[in-house]
Amino acid sequence: MEISRDKLFWAYERMRLIREFEDRLHTDFAAGKIPGFVHLYAGEEAVAVGLCAHLRDDDFITSTHRGHGHCIAKGVDLREMMAEISGKATGACKGKGGSMHIADVDKGMLGANGIVGGGPPLACGAGLTARLKGTDQVTVCFFGDGASNQGTTFEGLNLAGIWKLPVVFVCENNGYAETTSPRYSVSGQDIAARARGFGMPSIAIDGLDFFAVYEAAGEAIARARRGEGPTFIEAQTYRYYGHFEGDSIRYRTREEEEHYRLLDCLYRFRQTAISQGLLTEAELDEIDARARAAIEDAVRFAAESPMPDPAELLTDVYVEYPMAALWPFQEAAVPVHR
Amino acid sequence: MAAMVEEAVRTLSYREAINEALRLEMRRDPTVILMGEDVTGASHSEDESHLDAWGGVLGVTKGLVHEFGRQRVRDTPITESGFVGAGVGAAATGLRPVVELMFIGFMGVCLDQIVNQAAKMRYMFGGKARIPLVIRTMIGAGFRAAAQHSDSIYSTFVHFPGLKVVAPATPADAKGLLAAAIRDDDPVIFCEHKLLYDMKGPVPEGEYVIPLGQAEIKREGGDVTIVAISRMVLHALEAAERLAQQGISAEVVDLRTLSPLDETTVLESIRKTGRLVVVDEDNPRCSVAGDIVTLAATQALEFLNAPVKLVTPPHTPVPFSPTLEDAYVPSPERIVAAARATLG
Repeated sequence: MEISRDKLFWAYERMRLIREFEDRLHTDFAAGKIPGFVHLYAGEEAVAVGLCAHLRDDDFITSTHRGHGHCIAKGVDLREMMAEISGKATGACKGKGGSMHIADVDKGMLGANGIVGGGPPLACGAGLTARLKGTDQVTVCFFGDGASNQGTTFEGLNLAGIWKLPVVFVCENNGYAETTSPRYSVSGQDIAARARGFGMPSIAIDGLDFFAVYEAAGEAIARARRGEGPTFIEAQTYRYYGHFEGDSIRYRTREEEEHYRLLDCLYRFRQTAISQGLLTEAELDEIDARARAAIEDAVRFAAESPMPDPAELLTDVYVEYPMAALWPFQEAAVPVHR
Repeated sequence: MAAMVEEAVRTLSYREAINEALRLEMRRDPTVILMGEDVTGASHSEDESHLDAWGGVLGVTKGLVHEFGRQRVRDTPITESGFVGAGVGAAATGLRPVVELMFIGFMGVCLDQIVNQAAKMRYMFGGKARIPLVIRTMIGAGFRAAAQHSDSIYSTFVHFPGLKVVAPATPADAKGLLAAAIRDDDPVIFCEHKLLYDMKGPVPEGEYVIPLGQAEIKREGGDVTIVAISRMVLHALEAAERLAQQGISAEVVDLRTLSPLDETTVLESIRKTGRLVVVDEDNPRCSVAGDIVTLAATQALEFLNAPVKLVTPPHTPVPFSPTLEDAYVPSPERIVAAARATLG
C-alpha cells in the first residue's frame, strides 16, 4: 500500500511520541510523581498509529484501560493528556477522569475505558450514528485479548455484522490479560477466527510491523467507509511493561521480553524506512529529538498546572440537575458553584 | 415552569399516551430513534403482513414503524449489553436514542453499559460528553409474571449519579414526562408500570412536556402525607378516599421523578400534615422509600407528630402464585392502616 512521505513522518512521530510519553510515565510513576495507577502502551505503538493513520478528525475510536497510545494516535493534546494523568485542572477531562478515562469527544476519542470489553457496544453506537446520519465516518474499536472473551465483544460483533456498521474491531493481542496468556484463557486459541463466525472478514497480522498494520487497516477502514460493513483485525503485539505500573511481572520470562524487544516496532520502522530510502536517518533522529522535547514540554505544563478547584467536584455530573440535589438530605452542605 | 397545554384534553390509555409521546418526539426531531427487542417485530421478513408483528411485547410501540420505518424503529437481537451500549455510543455521537429494556429485571445483563458508561461518561470526560439517552423499561408486580419479570427496582438506578429516573403514574404524566426525558441531555431511565398500560385518563393533545424533577400533589389533605410512586399512587388515592370516609384528610404526593428528587414538595407536605406514610413497590432495603424517610428525619423531624410508616412489599423476590403475589403488593388496606396508625 502506498504511503506518502508526510504520512510516514506523521506515523513515526506519533509512534515515537507514544514511546517517549509512556517511558516518561514509567519513570515518573516509579518516582512517585503520578497518582493512582497507569497501564502503559509501550511496545504496541504500531497498532494505534497504523490504524489512526487512516482516520479523519471526525472518525471515532473507542479505547481501553491502556489508552494513552490511542489518544496520541488520534490527536489528543499531549499537554492535556499529561495534565489529566497528573490530576490537574488543565487536563483533557479537567482532572476528573485520569489515565483510564482520558477522552476527547471533539477529536472523536470516545474515551479510554476502565471496563474490559466496555467499548464494543459503544463503537456500534457510534457506527449507528454514522449510518443513520448518512455520513461516511468510521469507528475503530480497540480492545485486548482479554476483552476477546467478554460477552459485550461478541454482542458488538453480532450487532455490527447484522447492521453492516462502519466499525473496525481491532484486537490488540499483547500476550497477556493482566497476568494470563490467551494460551490459557482463549478457547480455540485463534481470536481472529472467532470473528469469522460473525460473517465478517477477519485477519491476524504482525502488530509489531507498522507497515503490515497500515496495510490491513487501510483495507478495513476503506471497506467500512464504502458502507460494506465491519472488519476484524487481530494485531499480535507485545507490551513492554507490566499490566500496570508497579506490576512485578512474574508471569513471563526475561528471554521472551528480550525476544520482543528485538522486534521493536520503532526499530523496525526505522530499518524499513531507511533501507527503502523513504526517510533518512537524520530525519528520523530529528523526529526523535522533537518528540522528546514535546514530552518534556507536556510534563512541564502538567507540573505547572493547578489542581482542580474543589467546586469542580459538583460540576459535569449532569447537563442539568438541581445543584442542591447533589448533596441530598443536607442543607447547604457546600457552597453552590456553577 | 407549568406544563404546556396547547389543545383540548381527551382520554387515552397509558400505553397510547406513551406511544403518542414517542410519535410526536420522533416527528419533532429526526435524531430520535427507537431500539429494542421486537419493538416492531419480524424484521427478518419482507412480507407486508408481518410488518409490526408485535410493536413491543405489550404493543406500546405499535404503529410507529409505519410512520418512521425500520431504520428509526429498529428491532435488535436479544442482546441487551449490545444494544443498550449502542444506545450510549449513539447518544454520545449525535443521536437521541430511546432504547427499550423490556423488563427492568433484565438490567442485570447490561448494567455496566448503563452505570459505568452512560452514567459516568460526562463526569469522567470533564463535561465534554452529552448522553441524551432514554431507557424505557417495564416495572411492576401483579401480572403473574414471577420473579424475573415483575421487579420495580428503580432504586438501583437512583443510586447512580449521572442517571435520572422517572416513574409516571398516569397517562398524562407518562406523555409529558417521556417527552421531557427524550428532550433531556442526560441519560434517563423511564419506568413504565405494566399494570397501568390499559388505564385511561385525560391526556392533553399536541405538544405536552412536564419538567423532570417535579412531584405533584395528586390529592390535597391536611392530616397525613402519603408519598407514593407509580402504580402505588393509585393505591394511595384509593386509600385516601377511604380515609376521607372515616374523616381523615390525606394528602397524596406523587413523586413522578425519583432522580432528581423534589425534596421541597415532600417537605412542604410533611410540614403541613405532621404525619408521613411512604408507599413503594420496590424492595424495601436501600430504597426510594428509605430516602424519603431520611429526608423527613434530617429536615422535618421537628414537624413529625408520629413515627413514619412504610408500606412496601416484604424483602423477598416477587412470587408467582396469584395468592402470594396479591399478598406481596402493597394494598390500599395496608395504606389505610398505616395512615391511621400515624394518627394514633
